Amino acid sequence: MLSPRALILRAPGTNCDHETAHAFERAGGIARRVHVRALSERPAIADDCQILCIPGGFSYGDDIASGRIFALELKTRLSDALLRFRDRGGLVLGICNGFQVLLQTGLLLADPATGAPQASLAHNTSGRFVDRWVRLNAAPGPCVFLRGLDHLELPVAHGEGRFVLRDPALLGPLRAAGQLPLSYAHDDAGRSTNPNGALGDVAGACDPTGRVFGLMPHPERFIDATQHPSWSGRLDPSAAGAGLTMFANAVKAMA
Amino acid sequence: WLPTMHASDVGRLAGRLLANDAIQEIVVGRLAITTLSGGRTWSFEQETIPLAGLDAAALDRLSRERCLALTVRELHAVRDHFLSLGRDPFEIELETIAQTWSEHCCHKTLSSGIDHVGPAGEAHYDNLLKETVFAATRTIRETLGPKDWCVSVFRDNSGVVRFDGDHDICVKVETHNHPSAIEPYGGAATGLGGVIRDVLGTGLGAKPIANLDVFCVAPPDTPAAEIPPGVIHPRRLLAGVAAGVRDYGNRMGIPTIAGAVAFDPGYLGNPLVFCGTVGIMPRGSAEAAVQLGDLIVVAGGRTGRDGIHGATFSSIELSSESETESGGAVQIGHAINEKILADFVLEASRRKLFHAITDCGAGGLSSAVGEMAATLGAAVDLDTVPLKYEGLSASEVWISEAQERMVLAVDPADWNMLASVASEEGVEATAIGTFTGSGRIVLRWQGQVAGDLDCHFLHEGRPKQRLTSRHAALPPLPVTWLGDGSLAAWLLDVLALPDVASKERIIRQYDHEVQGCSVIKPLLGPGEGPADGTVIRGVLGRNRGIVLGVGLRHRLGRIDPYQMAAGAIVEAIANAAAAGADPDRIALLDNFCWGDTRREDSLGTLVEACRACHDTAIAFAAPFVSGKDSLNNVFAWTDGSGTAREISIPPTLLATAIGQVDDVRRALSPDLKAAGNLLAVVGHSQDDMAGSQLELAGGVRGGAVPTVDVAACRAACRAVAVAHKDGLIASCHDCSDGGLLTAVAEMAIAGATGARIDLAKVPCASGTLPSDRVVAFGETPGRFVCEVRQEHAAAFEARCAGVPWGWIGGVTAEPVLEIVAPSGDAERVPVEKLAHAWRGEAV
Repeated sequence: MLSPRALILRAPGTNCDHETAHAFERAGGIARRVHVRALSERPAIADDCQILCIPGGFSYGDDIASGRIFALELKTRLSDALLRFRDRGGLVLGICNGFQVLLQTGLLLADPATGAPQASLAHNTSGRFVDRWVRLNAAPGPCVFLRGLDHLELPVAHGEGRFVLRDPALLGPLRAAGQLPLSYAHDDAGRSTNPNGALGDVAGACDPTGRVFGLMPHPERFIDATQHPSWSGRLDPSAAGAGLTMFANAVKAMA
Repeated sequence: WLPTMHASDVGRLAGRLLANDAIQEIVVGRLAITTLSGGRTWSFEQETIPLAGLDAAALDRLSRERCLALTVRELHAVRDHFLSLGRDPFEIELETIAQTWSEHCCHKTLSSGIDHVGPAGEAHYDNLLKETVFAATRTIRETLGPKDWCVSVFRDNSGVVRFDGDHDICVKVETHNHPSAIEPYGGAATGLGGVIRDVLGTGLGAKPIANLDVFCVAPPDTPAAEIPPGVIHPRRLLAGVAAGVRDYGNRMGIPTIAGAVAFDPGYLGNPLVFCGTVGIMPRGSAEAAVQLGDLIVVAGGRTGRDGIHGATFSSIELSSESETESGGAVQIGHAINEKILADFVLEASRRKLFHAITDCGAGGLSSAVGEMAATLGAAVDLDTVPLKYEGLSASEVWISEAQERMVLAVDPADWNMLASVASEEGVEATAIGTFTGSGRIVLRWQGQVAGDLDCHFLHEGRPKQRLTSRHAALPPLPVTWLGDGSLAAWLLDVLALPDVASKERIIRQYDHEVQGCSVIKPLLGPGEGPADGTVIRGVLGRNRGIVLGVGLRHRLGRIDPYQMAAGAIVEAIANAAAAGADPDRIALLDNFCWGDTRREDSLGTLVEACRACHDTAIAFAAPFVSGKDSLNNVFAWTDGSGTAREISIPPTLLATAIGQVDDVRRALSPDLKAAGNLLAVVGHSQDDMAGSQLELAGGVRGGAVPTVDVAACRAACRAVAVAHKDGLIASCHDCSDGGLLTAVAEMAIAGATGARIDLAKVPCASGTLPSDRVVAFGETPGRFVCEVRQEHAAAFEARCAGVPWGWIGGVTAEPVLEIVAPSGDAERVPVEKLAHAWRGEAV
């Protein structure tokens, strides 16, 4: 059996590509980091991959809006290749900045009629970048990446991660359809760990097939127990972290 | 509300709160821009600067007017050199010399000959730095012999040491004080950008894997009326520098994992901004050498007029006019350009497409090309350097400190491949000249010679100076106890002091987890308390780790510069040791920030600090591998009553320790783990309250200076390391600001659990200490609090044989800190209350 191949798509300013590639390899996949320029020149590179991942970072500096330029580049130059990839059953994962890119390209939560984005990730209500750990509730539904997960902890690190909907009334229907399968939860003291003011505590979203998934937290930053802020003396330091499950699910689904 | 304000108030408030007129302009109302000027091409003009015949006063004036920061003696050497050639220097040549000879680029004070009289007697140095800091490293390496683990020290852009079988690691800490004083956000951002390029430009290129930042500023509650003209309020300054590091470091995708913030009124006019970067590189790539015939390639951002005279500007004192005079010396950074540049450099390095690399930092191309061409010489066509806009003169191109540029020496046979890697990564790379073998730097503009300098004169022609310095020990002030109140009440006050209080607001703005290697984070444990040293994996998927610790004892700087420096070094080492670092693999960095060292007494404190570096490094067998200095941190102004005033920073040494752990899965953290465990103190406490946090809290005045007993400190570190090696320590924290009680409180906050400690059991140098407050809050360097499981007690005791130590209490399930004073009186304070005080939250 061949190991599934994951294409880690990077752009100028992408900065989580190495550890994301590492996470796929730890999960048993084969990861390849590819620059968006190279993919634009040879879209066929994607053809022998089963998983496409857009990792975190500040693509093109996020100077206009987070992920906007990267998304525009994908839509104008690689739209056909991306749709072909999805329609032949490939998995697509967007993490942090990559989640924003997926929303902007319309691969996630687009208006079914017009194809226009219905959701976005706005500046945190604090107005500041924040790096901290959050509690999450997963309700996997159709989402391939979240299979077998219910409660977990992961770190977030972003300045623009507040999930918003063009029409907040869509929250209920999207949730009912299983398209908002990951949300911020409360800690042991009963305090919300929503780090950015996201509508409905939404931390991640998937398409109706469950094969395209985006999330603000960083699963690649919790593949080892030692990445947890309280591991010392409390967790088996050789154990895997909860984030590894998402990569393992993807690899297993495509094996 | 704006229209109801008086126009002058609008301008004043905008200037104080919103804009920085060093780089921004305040426009009330609509901004009307109709055109943007692109500049006009400069046409070549040769400007000669007549030096022959100028007297000393005229030379001094020339140096000041042109912002050269050269002394009259140095200008005499320049004049004589050109007299021997039968001409006067061209302007571009004089600028090149000024950049190369600047304090910033060649540490002329620290490498001076000095005749010193100090408390330990007379001392004579031909080169202070070589005979103290460098000498310590040489002694340690000679003692280690074949086990020497230093690779490249004090030569390259950063210091390089062995890491594992396949990798070396390198580290550099820089200061960016003057630019940050004028423009905090941009100054700190480009400070970090510069030190990241230092790591990229080490050997054949290293990958930056961690950043650290340390800020020294005036107290945040400084009244607005006390702020001199041209100075930014410390609260706004601190927010600005932290935001600068945040935006640059986060965009670069390099975790900012360690740091400190220190406060003192002396930093009002000259805040200190230290930025450091750790890199990793394949073994064997630390050595790089330019080859004859190599192309000079500049890669990255384009060159503009930003950052002209940064190197010389940083070598002179600031004044209330600096903002208007030197706004052009502030560089403008763009992190994504540097991220792309880094991706390109690392790919070109992997494919071995260059022979040598260095960054364009202070002095711009003049310094980068000048250094690389020091032996071979070079010919540079300045008109081929890509520009942001037209109109730059040849000199401006040559000395501009425009950011995000690197210079590479490339074999002409590799040029096409290098250019194609650059294009794949979207980086502009341009060949601007050749390394020639002539031993001269020839600068051309459209074929015409703009300058022609002898490399030997440029690098060796600076007249060495001989200085005198003196330092007299201050008589100790008798200790006076002030105020009353319980130990618990003092503890709450100390935890809330700005030096001790939580830095969470800053830390959480930094991405400290990107790259996925973080192990011991700056905030950790269920209660999110403070770490000592922070730990990262060196390589993803491998278990060997790197530890970073920093030490700063600025409050002792004015009292005892020797103990300030020794204490800072011990604190940095103790930070690393408390995280589980191998005591035989700790490397050090020095960053000296001083006042006006042209004064004998100020220079004397610098000499004393250098002596401390030498002695302490040797005692710990911890070699210095890199360093930097920033002198003349003095701010002068005229106050409202017309009186000339001046503030100088306290003598400040930032010590950085970079340690290693064999297996990150065994790294130590300071959060208390489990009720029932025992608490021990390793290392003895002395009667030394001078410069303590309790003094700041108003609990004491005077007292003896905390003195480093190097043998005792080293023994304490070793005992901790041995006990840790055998798995006997559950948590560990070193005692620094705020002393023992503060350390235990921080462990309890981090562990979100309680503790009971009996101060009578604390081992003291003189048997008993005169006051409860000394035991609780004294800041004797080199002590550790260790948490030990009961079943390991006997084994732990055995490891501590021969070292002062004692059981002082234990961990409790109830989240309360119980303090038993030597008198037997017990006090109880809830850990939540401690946490609130530490976080500055209302109770």
